[in-house]
Amino acid sequence: MNEMRAIFRRELAAYFATPLAFVFIVIFLLTMGAFTFYLGGFFESDQANLSIFFSYHPWLYLFLIPAISMRLWAEERRTGSIELLLSQPVPLYAAVLGKFFAAWVFSGLALVLTFPMWLTVNYLGSPDNGVILAGYIGSFFMAGGYLAIGSCLSATTRNQVIAFVVSVAVCFLFTVSGLPIVIDFFSGWAPQTLISTIASFSFLTHFNSITQGVIDLRDIVYFGSLIAVWLIACGVVVDMKKAG
Amino acid sequence: MQGKAGAAEVMVSIEALTKRFGPFTAVDHIGFDVRRGEVLGFLGPNGAGKSTTMKMVTGFLTPSSGTASICGHDVVNDTLNAQRSLGYLPEGAPAYGDMTPLGFLRFIARIRRLFGRDAERAIEEAVAATELEAVLEQPIDTLSKGFRRRVGLAQAILHNPPVLIMDEPTDGLDPNQKFEVRKLIARMAPEKAIIISTHILEEVDAICSRALIIDRGEIVADGTPAALTARSRYHNAVSLTVPSAIAGEVREALEGVQGAAKREEAQRGDDTTFTLFPRDEVGQQGMESDTTLIDAVAALARARNWPVRALHGEPGRLDEVFRHLTRADTEPVEAGGLKGSASGRSAA
Repeated sequence: MNEMRAIFRRELAAYFATPLAFVFIVIFLLTMGAFTFYLGGFFESDQANLSIFFSYHPWLYLFLIPAISMRLWAEERRTGSIELLLSQPVPLYAAVLGKFFAAWVFSGLALVLTFPMWLTVNYLGSPDNGVILAGYIGSFFMAGGYLAIGSCLSATTRNQVIAFVVSVAVCFLFTVSGLPIVIDFFSGWAPQTLISTIASFSFLTHFNSITQGVIDLRDIVYFGSLIAVWLIACGVVVDMKKAG
Repeated sequence: MQGKAGAAEVMVSIEALTKRFGPFTAVDHIGFDVRRGEVLGFLGPNGAGKSTTMKMVTGFLTPSSGTASICGHDVVNDTLNAQRSLGYLPEGAPAYGDMTPLGFLRFIARIRRLFGRDAERAIEEAVAATELEAVLEQPIDTLSKGFRRRVGLAQAILHNPPVLIMDEPTDGLDPNQKFEVRKLIARMAPEKAIIISTHILEEVDAICSRALIIDRGEIVADGTPAALTARSRYHNAVSLTVPSAIAGEVREALEGVQGAAKREEAQRGDDTTFTLFPRDEVGQQGMESDTTLIDAVAALARARNWPVRALHGEPGRLDEVFRHLTRADTEPVEAGGLKGSASGRSAA
């Protein structure tokens, strides 16, 4: 536990030791705002809620979250510091979780900094703040899902660009698996149960149901188990690399 | 060496340790023990398997077969306890470049379960031992190679481990810093078991109580530096330097010296150096110096009243032993092996 906390603190501090944190947060907030107000037509919609704001989260996360996760392991491999880390008396789970939680807390921080959106809708009207809170919780869990995928893929390479590109691709598949772009590929020949299984893997489906204001246990379990599975895979990858 | 260290406890025990990367065998059934008080110099050409062995012993790589244990803790089955007894300086002294040495050492202290005053004291001692005071607040990325190496050293000795493993600890240091690091190692040596890998052969003479030469994943020599140098063909050779003007006379006189098997001659400036190799095979392999040859040459020089510039007996040359034992490297057979090594590494 101590080891995990030490790694968590180091990783979180690492985001702020470089301009990465600043750049990320600024870009995140700017694009959130731009998408919501311009593309989404927030004012024109004339609705005092944040559903437009949340509807862009999966698509922004698709590119921004792999930018956070790509360095987690790939950078350590490139600089060789992974040898230092793994020769310390650190259980594997502590390294995997410490890194993941640091990235998750960092993305949560960026998310919290979108609070002016919440202030805006409360100023303009009287939104259902319970629904908004549910949206934030859902968004945070979805960010965790993207991060877990990115963390695992970062462990497979020493090249951060590869880690980024592959993470975006895999995250994209998970995002859209409920949309026609994927479903059409399977429908017609695959059994219906397979299709609905694939569709049920979609981030969008689960995230949308949370942003309706209903925090269904199934959605939380979905994101929770997705994170767990990818983090276990991450541990397996790191351990396999030790075997050469 | 054996007589003195024989009673000390075994701290590092390695048996039939093997590492394969695909078809390439990087380390092939290596086995040795290191006892408390020993400083083991791990020598070998690049790619011989030194770093791979160290990575397995420190738990960073999993061995393909064989075992290694640190203070009785197996590195595969009891990894964390083995790693707790161990300080390791990896090759190239990697660190987190965005951190300052102080932040980095605090991080290592936390990982090593040192807290509060214990941590501060351990950091103070490690910083003092490696003379890092001046750069404690600068990001590691901005430090010179020498300072970065010392940050790595400080990290390795922070928790005062009973076993220290260092991959090229003096690489990139200037002569003064090298001297300091060797002094540090010598100071720690009595209580610890230390393994260092190095290319610098003079370092072996300077700090190691035992040297182990590995080539292509196998141990080719193991002994004290003195015993290894005794295997040199220069062991007990005598070299005599005289002005070139009298070289002809000296050459003729040396013909008659008893016990000299072979004579070599080299001219440098106005001087000529004659090197006489002893004939006696036993003398060459034995560890004690044989003084008969040098006595004979000295007596001759005195009798003839030569203006001798230099006369000395050679203890042997470690670099020559090293080249002799690892010479196979340059043979064409090795080209395939090296290629195998490269592809093995990239796949790994």
